[in-house]
Amino acid sequence: MILLDVLSALGLLLGTLILIVTALGVVRFPDFYSRLHAAGKGDTLGLAFVLLGLVATAGLSLVSLKLVFIVFFVFVLNPTATHALARGAWVCGVRPWRATGEPFLQREGQMTDEERDEVVDDHTGGA
Amino acid sequence: MMRPHTESLVVRFIARRSVPFIQLFALYVVAHGEDGPGGGFQGGVIFASAFILLALTEGWGRGRSRMPEPVSDALMPAGALLYAGIGLVALLLGGGFLQYASLAVGGDQHAQHLAHHFGLIGIEVGVTITVAGSMVTLFFEMARPKHFLNVPRRRRRHRPDPDA
Repeated sequence: MILLDVLSALGLLLGTLILIVTALGVVRFPDFYSRLHAAGKGDTLGLAFVLLGLVATAGLSLVSLKLVFIVFFVFVLNPTATHALARGAWVCGVRPWRATGEPFLQREGQMTDEERDEVVDDHTGGA
Repeated sequence: MMRPHTESLVVRFIARRSVPFIQLFALYVVAHGEDGPGGGFQGGVIFASAFILLALTEGWGRGRSRMPEPVSDALMPAGALLYAGIGLVALLLGGGFLQYASLAVGGDQHAQHLAHHFGLIGIEVGVTITVAGSMVTLFFEMARPKHFLNVPRRRRRHRPDPDA
């Protein structure tokens, strides 16, 4: 089946390309939030394209079904994990990067540095 | 005093909904341990991770209420007993310790083959139960928050979680 082979190759190439761009973003972006922005979206889509390319190779079989399950769960769980990470960082007071170099002031719902130290002490028993 | 920690609605919803799938996957890993990657230990760890995920998103107390201390305390020896029990039954039926083929008393070669597979799966399930109980106990004992420390054992389970 030449059509399926072409589809599979297209999916693998596109997925690999997206994953490379993702890796580039994780290395090159300046701060935690923008890196998460690259990793969260790129990983999900890149992995989905690679796995769907593999589904085209495997044809209608149990392996394909398992791959489709993996794609589904990655699509649901990867953004959730990214959301949890970003939210945790925000609550703990990580300030976003500014291109102009001016400091990003603490916002509503963010911990101050002292509050964060207190929480860390609480969890480590003040050690 | 710690701030009351409220996890995002998205995270809590997805975590709660994914727990049954994690547990199903654990059973899959156990069932395929014989002829593929996986087995009792890995399945037990995955099964326990479902409870750890609940504790991480819903708070220590609510996670622990899904597998209370008496349950996980009972699971640990129960799995080991199942393992040793299958071995001893084989011993009593005239075979060696854990010689599954001797479980099929008076059976032909096919029955012995079948007994071998069932015996193997039986001890894998035993390993799973023990590992799941141990992992849950390890996590919850190490992650116990301050206000759950030094509470008498009987009362601990009925205390509402101030974090929740």
